[in-house]
Amino acid sequence: MDASPPRGSPGEMGEGMLPRRSGAGGGCPVVSCGVVSDTTARMLLLLLGIIVLHVTVLVLLFVSTIVSQWLVNGGQTADLWQNCTSGTGAIFQCLTSSTNEWLQSVQAMMILSVIFSVLSLFLFFCQLFTLTKGGRFYLTGIFQILAGLCVMSGAAIFTVRHTDWHEASENTSYGFAYILAWLAFPLALASGIIYVILRKRE
Amino acid sequence: MGLTALPPTGPSPTLAIHVYTPREVYGTVGSHVTLSCSFWSSEWISEDISITWHFQAEGSRDSISIFHYAKGQPYIDDVGSFKERMEWVGNPRRKDGSIVIHNLDYTDNGTFTCDVKNPPDIVGKSSQVTLYVLEKVPTRYGVVLGSIIGGVLLLVALLVAVVYLLRFCWLRRQAVLQRRLSAMEKGKLQRSAKDASKRSRQPPVLYAMLDHSRSAKAAAEKKSKGAPGEARKDKK
Repeated sequence: MDASPPRGSPGEMGEGMLPRRSGAGGGCPVVSCGVVSDTTARMLLLLLGIIVLHVTVLVLLFVSTIVSQWLVNGGQTADLWQNCTSGTGAIFQCLTSSTNEWLQSVQAMMILSVIFSVLSLFLFFCQLFTLTKGGRFYLTGIFQILAGLCVMSGAAIFTVRHTDWHEASENTSYGFAYILAWLAFPLALASGIIYVILRKRE
Repeated sequence: MGLTALPPTGPSPTLAIHVYTPREVYGTVGSHVTLSCSFWSSEWISEDISITWHFQAEGSRDSISIFHYAKGQPYIDDVGSFKERMEWVGNPRRKDGSIVIHNLDYTDNGTFTCDVKNPPDIVGKSSQVTLYVLEKVPTRYGVVLGSIIGGVLLLVALLVAVVYLLRFCWLRRQAVLQRRLSAMEKGKLQRSAKDASKRSRQPPVLYAMLDHSRSAKAAAEKKSKGAPGEARKDKK
């Protein structure tokens, strides 16, 4: 890899995005040699790490949106979509949640965050193959950051306004879906920022 | 919703108690409404101050007393039609005699009268406020949800489209300028290749444009006059 063009220009993250094709007269391409060189291994690891982070954020958002366990009160769980009471044994009685406007806005924010994250993943794979060398994954990063902001605003609105459609009682505590939503927010933000900083290398 | 102010009458206009309330108040069924009443008295607020509210239902001629405040104690209606729906939120020290009616109903349509007496300042006119109870049409489930999602997606799509359009136009402008510049330089190169020995430095773009126009003229001259035209051009 000695004859290849120099690696670093200031401002890059130090490692490239894709394995470099071998330059004329130096090194060997990854596949034909059978031995993966050190830098390409690092690049692949970085790529894998980024994708794993993104998929984690996506899973967190999906679970938090779909599972209706934002509030827990003894045997009862409530929000976002239905309020369930566990009767004797494993019998659940479920009713649809309130039609309050604030609850609807929380639902809208969670759905939007899932949409943005999925779009971001799709755009990432698009930009991976179409971006010019040295280009940045702006669109991917922006959509992921938007997803993070949507989750945060949804969780915040829920925290402030959930007493509007639930009578406040002493035993109510926040369920695990609510905690997952707050967990997804910093991860999504970090993932988006990583995309914005990253540069594509051939 | 204006304030009914009391026009001062008589030789000493300040020696009277003035009561202010809004003219009309609107509320929706099931919600609550604040009937605010403020007053101005020329005397200090004493312990004997009394505030009363009367209610005259729409279409009725009777005015019933629903609230009374005297000797520092509020007395709320607990047997009439406002039983357990009224709340005293006023503060006589702050010249505020407001009450709140919860859980409004259509039978609450009517006129409320606020009357304040602050001994020895007892001469004054009470003030009236008309309550209108309106029906609120509940929006169907999903309207808010759908509009938020649709609005945000549309906005984001619009922004992305605008950004890409701007970039596309800018890049095209760059390409056009680049082509024009290279064409000019090519023309200049052809011209300077013809006179082999003397070759000046590349002038900036503006001069290149001027040179081009002049060189066109010079070329025309050269065809007719020959070598001396070139010498004149080289001085530039």
